[in-house]
Amino acid sequence: MSVTLVFLGKLADLAGAPERAVEAPLDWSSLVEALDGPLGDAVAGEKVRVAVNGTVLPEKTALFAEHGDEVALLPPVSGG
Amino acid sequence: MAKDVRLLETALVPEAALAAFAAAHPQAGGIVSFTGKVRPDGDVEALELSHYERLTLPGMETLADDTLGRWPLDGLLIQHRIGVMRPGDAIVLVAAAARHRRDAFQAADFAMDHLKSDAWFWKREKRADGWHWIEPRAQDHADRHRWNQDTDLAP
Repeated sequence: MSVTLVFLGKLADLAGAPERAVEAPLDWSSLVEALDGPLGDAVAGEKVRVAVNGTVLPEKTALFAEHGDEVALLPPVSGG
Repeated sequence: MAKDVRLLETALVPEAALAAFAAAHPQAGGIVSFTGKVRPDGDVEALELSHYERLTLPGMETLADDTLGRWPLDGLLIQHRIGVMRPGDAIVLVAAAARHRRDAFQAADFAMDHLKSDAWFWKREKRADGWHWIEPRAQDHADRHRWNQDTDLAP
């Protein structure tokens, strides 16, 4: 029973890998608990957005993910 | 087919893409295009764009639909590179084909401003001392914001 976390941009460097499996179910407090140190601080910061299965959450603290879900952690974009 | 939106893992060749786009829209009165390239300045050796499969291309498709909804276009082309590029390489190509030039100019400008500030891409540069993530530019957000204020730009 696991949720896949996907780290984008510099969060992948902080995490040391582009993906990580964490225990399901996952809510906001268990996510922050699972990510300690600078990675946890960055994800909790106001600029990082969260998507579940490709849908960006209007309010990331409302996160709820179950077994098989993919949770993406999205820092500010810098494209083009 | 009015819109043509692509993510490219290998070289973006603007000349070939524009020739194909023009051929696909022979009825257009004009085509405006913008090509963005890796700026050959400073000590940047390479640039890498990463994306997120579930958001990046769907977001570009939505932007294309929004652009087509705002101006009467015959066609809209958006091509964006991902992966590692060198200075001088093309990163992005936007082209708008329309019956009248102002619609084509504005649609291309609108699509570029939104790609720069809203599209799901993350950029890092390789310099002599290694890779550096690039933070968003305030100017890109200001450029996009023009479209919220300047309502007379929209039809």
